[in-house]
Amino acid sequence: MPFSNTHNLMKMNFSAEQEYPDLSQHNNHMAKVLTPEMYANLRDKQTPSGFTLDDVIQTGVDNPGHPFIMTVGCVAGDEETYDVFKELLDPVIEDRHGGYKPTDKHKTDLNPENLQGGDDLDPNYVLSSRVRTGRSIRGFCLPPHCSRGERRGIENLSIDALSSLDGDLKGKYYALRNMTDDEQQQLIDDHFLFDKPVSPLLLASGMGRDWPDARGIWHNDSKTFLVWVNEEDHLRVISMQKGGNMREVFTRFCEGLTKIESLFKDKGHEFMWNEHLGYVLTCPSNLGTGLRGGVHVKLPNVSKHEKFGEILKRLRLQKRGTGGVDTAAVGGVFDISNADRLGFSEVELVQMVVDGVKLLVDMEKRLENGESIDDLMPDQK
Amino acid sequence: MASHFARILSTKRHVGILSLVGAGSLTAGIFLSRDQHVNAGSQVRRLYPASAEYPDLRKHNNCMASHLTPGIYAKLCDKATPNGFTLDNAIQTGVDNPGHPFIKTVGMVAGDEESYEVFADLFDPVIKERHNGYDPRANTHPTDLESSKVRSGMFDERYVLSSRVRTGRSIRGLSLPPACTRAERREVERVVVDALAGLGGDLSGHYYSLTQMTEKEQQQLIDDHFLFDKPVSPLLTCAGMARDWPDARGIWHNNEKTFLIWINEEDHTRVISMEKGGNMKRVFERFCRGLKEVERLITEKGWEFMWNERLGYILTCPSNLGTGLRAGVHIKLPNLSKDPRFPKILENLRLQKRGTGGVDTAAVGSTFDISNLDRLGQSEVQLVQTVIDGVNYLIECEKKLEKGQDIRVPPPLNQLK
Repeated sequence: MPFSNTHNLMKMNFSAEQEYPDLSQHNNHMAKVLTPEMYANLRDKQTPSGFTLDDVIQTGVDNPGHPFIMTVGCVAGDEETYDVFKELLDPVIEDRHGGYKPTDKHKTDLNPENLQGGDDLDPNYVLSSRVRTGRSIRGFCLPPHCSRGERRGIENLSIDALSSLDGDLKGKYYALRNMTDDEQQQLIDDHFLFDKPVSPLLLASGMGRDWPDARGIWHNDSKTFLVWVNEEDHLRVISMQKGGNMREVFTRFCEGLTKIESLFKDKGHEFMWNEHLGYVLTCPSNLGTGLRGGVHVKLPNVSKHEKFGEILKRLRLQKRGTGGVDTAAVGGVFDISNADRLGFSEVELVQMVVDGVKLLVDMEKRLENGESIDDLMPDQK
Repeated sequence: MASHFARILSTKRHVGILSLVGAGSLTAGIFLSRDQHVNAGSQVRRLYPASAEYPDLRKHNNCMASHLTPGIYAKLCDKATPNGFTLDNAIQTGVDNPGHPFIKTVGMVAGDEESYEVFADLFDPVIKERHNGYDPRANTHPTDLESSKVRSGMFDERYVLSSRVRTGRSIRGLSLPPACTRAERREVERVVVDALAGLGGDLSGHYYSLTQMTEKEQQQLIDDHFLFDKPVSPLLTCAGMARDWPDARGIWHNNEKTFLIWINEEDHTRVISMEKGGNMKRVFERFCRGLKEVERLITEKGWEFMWNERLGYILTCPSNLGTGLRAGVHIKLPNLSKDPRFPKILENLRLQKRGTGGVDTAAVGSTFDISNLDRLGQSEVQLVQTVIDGVNYLIECEKKLEKGQDIRVPPPLNQLK
């Protein structure tokens, strides 16, 4: 919980050893990295807005983790968190993002022209295509730490910027607080509505505070471009449509994002970004591009193949159920998306998805015909 | 550090009052004595005026929302206790949980003893509403743990299945569960476990730490109905009481399983005396004796309980101030519970009913949990006497209805004696 700075200073009455959390049952990135020495070094620090080490790690202390899934276990409360607590966050980032070093530079590329192909994924197999990312508004605290005034400020700026979008992107904002029953039902039917977080991973970091104040959903009239305001990040931006034309989805994604960014700049605001971490978001797992590009694809045969996991790993892809993270696949339909976020550009990641899904569909067709897929096995990307 | 501020200042052209005061204090490491109130404007970032921060309480129905005017919010929002507990911390649970149309929750908590002073402008009217008009500025609360003063107290066991008295105690000088650090919480555990180890005779017992208990111990505690779980109620989790679970949480009970203490759940300690049957007098006698013994043992080590004559025993939730006492029975009332006058009878006797699973549960097979409604403004002896007299009256009603005789709704009891 975001206490005032005084709270952190009072803790100095106790030794670091007395305050150090019990992480003996824990299996998350924070717990792997946070030694008693590191805790002692960092515990008297705070960001200019007063975010402390204990604020960063609370979610990881409260949620020991899962034996199979490695959660991150720490969050940022503002942009400066990644700097003030780099002693903790750099190794967490390195572990989570495939060896990404504190000196590495991240490339941003939102030019859809640089994507090869992607418009011809077989719609008999690929049911829908989607790209999402997040953006944070520089100068405001992030969802674990922001005050009501800041959160409302973020909402107002977002509504302002989004209302200037036109053409294919023209749309409407639905504040969670004021939604009518009809509007709510429509958003649920469209699979657009987000709920108050129930995951203890999010709640323990304070992101559910004051719900549903200043939270809302914006989408364009054609329901292919969607923005979540003040859920797990300031903004989550989603481009999606039925079928396999990932190229179109990605093009709209890039154009929409670029437009939104320039609208914010017109009002004197920019997104949090730097050349080491790329786009700065609440969870260290979403740094860099914050991009998850994926499809819902029918792979009943491939998914049963003994090498399915290995294939995905080599393609740098991950599978989820069609309900999203932590759900199981239904009827052989999988959510397949890029595994990486940081260290690759947006174009590179979507390219991996496009190329990888194409290969998976080819494999599926082979297995349908009773043919082998051994010659199609990819190299490690 | 200065460059960070420059960056924030330059990008916030549309913000109202910018009052990032006292930047130096963030790095200077000021040590504050616990006697001071702190004007938190110097330590807490405040980038928006109070009107922009005031919570939206239009859909809310809890005591905090009934009394938190924009004026009071503006007056208190920059303040903090010496520990750094702020108004926003105190009210967060009430903002996050609008309430129930039928049950009026309190909607705010204390983070430390000083909260009740620093935020008195809001706590006082909330306390008044919750505790039948008790005014912390004008009234004094009587504490009386002389169990011998209680008259009768042996219930007809054809009706009363079990008897129980519970309260809470906080250790002065350590923050309360919404605000405590891990070290403070561990210190509460150490102080209390240390004291409990000094109990002898029928109070001699054993501590089971939640982090270290074996599976066998856990199963036994579940079978005895002693084990408490990590809170799932959003009323509690939104107030930060479940942080660091299960660190420094545990259960102590005597060998006879009639005296039980929960450590670091919703309060520093919850103290429970209980037994099967209707001997409420003995339950209360053990309750008072045990409490006094524990108090003596912690005092020997230089500690004391949080208490003052205006608010009695200080606990996390304002609803538990005063005695923090809930004395009750599990009782079979098959006829009375079907009588339409039952709720009114309970109300006039200053009693409440719950299901036998505790608060928010429904009664099973006409067995009810009946206990006192009030906590503050009357002493422990007075409240237990109220329960004894009231339960005896309910039993008389039940017996009458069994025989086909009529019953009377008793006149309402005087609330503040």
